[in-house]
Amino acid sequence: MTPSTATLPTRGIADRLTGLFWRRPGIFLLLLLLPPLLWLGVIYLGSLLALLLQSFYSIDEFSGMVRQELTLKTYGELLRPQNLDILIRTVVMAAAVTLACAAIAFPIAYYAARFAKGHWKAVFYLGVMLPLWSSYLVKVYAWKLILAKEGILSWAANATGTSFIIDGLLALPVIGSSSLSTSPLGTFMVFVYVWLPYMILPMQAALERVPTSMLEASADLGATRGQTFRTVILPLALPGVIAGSIFTFSLTLGDYIIPQIVGNSANFIGMAVYQLQGTAGNIPLAAAFAVVPILIMLVYLWLAKRAGAFDAL
Amino acid sequence: MKYLKLIGTTALATLTAVTPVMAQIAEIGPGEGQLSIVAWAGYIERGETDPAFDWVTGFEEKTGCKVSVKTAATSDEMVALMNEGGFDLVTASGDASLRLIAGGRVQPVNVDLVPSWKDVDDRLKNAPWHTVDGVHYGVPYMWGPNVLMYNTEVFKEAPTSWNVVFEEQTLPDGKSNKGRVQAYDGPIYIADAAQYLMANKPELGITSVYELNEDQYAAALDLLRGQRELTSRYWHDAFIQMDDFKNEGIVASGSWPFMVNLLQADGVPVASVIPKEGATGWADTSMLHVNAKNPNCAYMWFDHQLSSNLQSDLAVWFGANPSVLAACTDKRGMLTPEICTKNGLDDFERIKFWTTPVSNCAAGEGACVPYYRWVSDYIGVIGGR
Repeated sequence: MTPSTATLPTRGIADRLTGLFWRRPGIFLLLLLLPPLLWLGVIYLGSLLALLLQSFYSIDEFSGMVRQELTLKTYGELLRPQNLDILIRTVVMAAAVTLACAAIAFPIAYYAARFAKGHWKAVFYLGVMLPLWSSYLVKVYAWKLILAKEGILSWAANATGTSFIIDGLLALPVIGSSSLSTSPLGTFMVFVYVWLPYMILPMQAALERVPTSMLEASADLGATRGQTFRTVILPLALPGVIAGSIFTFSLTLGDYIIPQIVGNSANFIGMAVYQLQGTAGNIPLAAAFAVVPILIMLVYLWLAKRAGAFDAL
Repeated sequence: MKYLKLIGTTALATLTAVTPVMAQIAEIGPGEGQLSIVAWAGYIERGETDPAFDWVTGFEEKTGCKVSVKTAATSDEMVALMNEGGFDLVTASGDASLRLIAGGRVQPVNVDLVPSWKDVDDRLKNAPWHTVDGVHYGVPYMWGPNVLMYNTEVFKEAPTSWNVVFEEQTLPDGKSNKGRVQAYDGPIYIADAAQYLMANKPELGITSVYELNEDQYAAALDLLRGQRELTSRYWHDAFIQMDDFKNEGIVASGSWPFMVNLLQADGVPVASVIPKEGATGWADTSMLHVNAKNPNCAYMWFDHQLSSNLQSDLAVWFGANPSVLAACTDKRGMLTPEICTKNGLDDFERIKFWTTPVSNCAAGEGACVPYYRWVSDYIGVIGGR
């Protein structure tokens, strides 16, 4: 009788695989990670790289065909006055929308985080989230009607004798026009409305994490409300504000629906990309335009990281 | 209808030269039981949107060819789909049709096998957007003008010139047109400006609105820059424009009969006119893919397209004009001579049909500004440059 060994004989492919995974845990990990890595690498980054590559091609001005030689000519075209206008217009709009969202969202988030209790807390969450559940297009078209020359807003202003306010705003150069729905001011208002929830939610989360004991300590040490706000609440809530601003800034930077429906038809980056790749067939310039928001967001994220927005991650 | 990527005439000429004229079908066999069509939205209706508009069910019952439709939103998309293959027919506009011919994606049509070909409007039989060197590459589908739509409460009499949208002036109601007119949000609109200049600035010597030299092009852009001051919004979506006529106080704009009809049906006081300068327009042709799997059904469709209620009801549905003149009068559908007149049937000669501008034009090689520049410059104009 032969002495039996500690290991049983292998009974097929499954046993052999188990053995392999046990001896080389790295292989098992690799197999598990491979599908998501492929997804991220090929589909996600791969398409981005393809886009990047396109932007280094150029269009033959004579025939309109794409010339597949690497060149910086297309990026040079970005610097043409009309294209530079588009970039500046988009970045200014995104910055303005972000600042306005932050200013409006802070009091709402602060109340929801610190004072709303029980049912009211639920009501706040619902109130903020509710607009996100309805179609984005429906909201934008609704705003077009609200802001129209013969829309609800100007009707209400007429009825209350306050139409001079709207007229005054519309008479301003650059942001004004013949009615709110055709002015850059109107575009701005709709952007602020649509992206506001993305600012409120991270802000509220950050404010909820500010310990009450610190506010009490600040008061015990004789700080005024203003001092407490500036030196305790704001610095502690800043990561939330920055996280929210990443949403509002990048969403405004890339949107091409709102400025098509509300506004004076002047192009934003998204609209330019849509038009250049679709109707003009100028894919290199469209790709170059699309690279700009990526670069802006990289700089923005780097600054946000330095400000500590990701420390809580 | 919508615009497209341009292809240099060199490429066009070369391709046309090297593409042998392919053999045409000599006779129609039994139907293959199916037919797939690439079409504009609203072009192939089977009564699902509105039961009154159906020109597919009858064809399917008669021929046993089951029709499937792939809608496309731009001419570019149509060309891309046809390049991919797998479809039998496409309803191509004048800017796509020549590209399809040049690229060898469509085959010549043997019009002898289409009994109703004899009924086709003589003005369309040999139209240059589907006939190359005497060979027919398609069967005319529909055409229509880009009209001037105006508010009848402001204009008691129809405006006679496009100047109401191009130059600042006091309208009949005593107020300026500033902020009350619109323009089309597509680079091809530069041709509309050129057409206005052709009539009002003869010294520029514009002969074709799609073939502009540098000076003519610069003058057209200048005119459009002036128009930017008058226009609070440019339109590209039919329904947004209709909303602007209802709620935004817009009183005049280039438009399609489609919107005029819908607004009138809605009780909005609008009407349309083709002013004295003429108008631009679109003309669509159904074309047969070079590798079509169902050519017999396609030929049956060609005849159906011309002989059935399609020409009549589609013209009503879309605010377009039939390619068969008899459709206006013979009551095969809902079309009446009055509607034909309203949709611009009699203005054919005054309409400049959309064509892609290329740099090698009738004036010589590289003498004209290509579409590629129309796009980037029109973006600049709308941006206020």
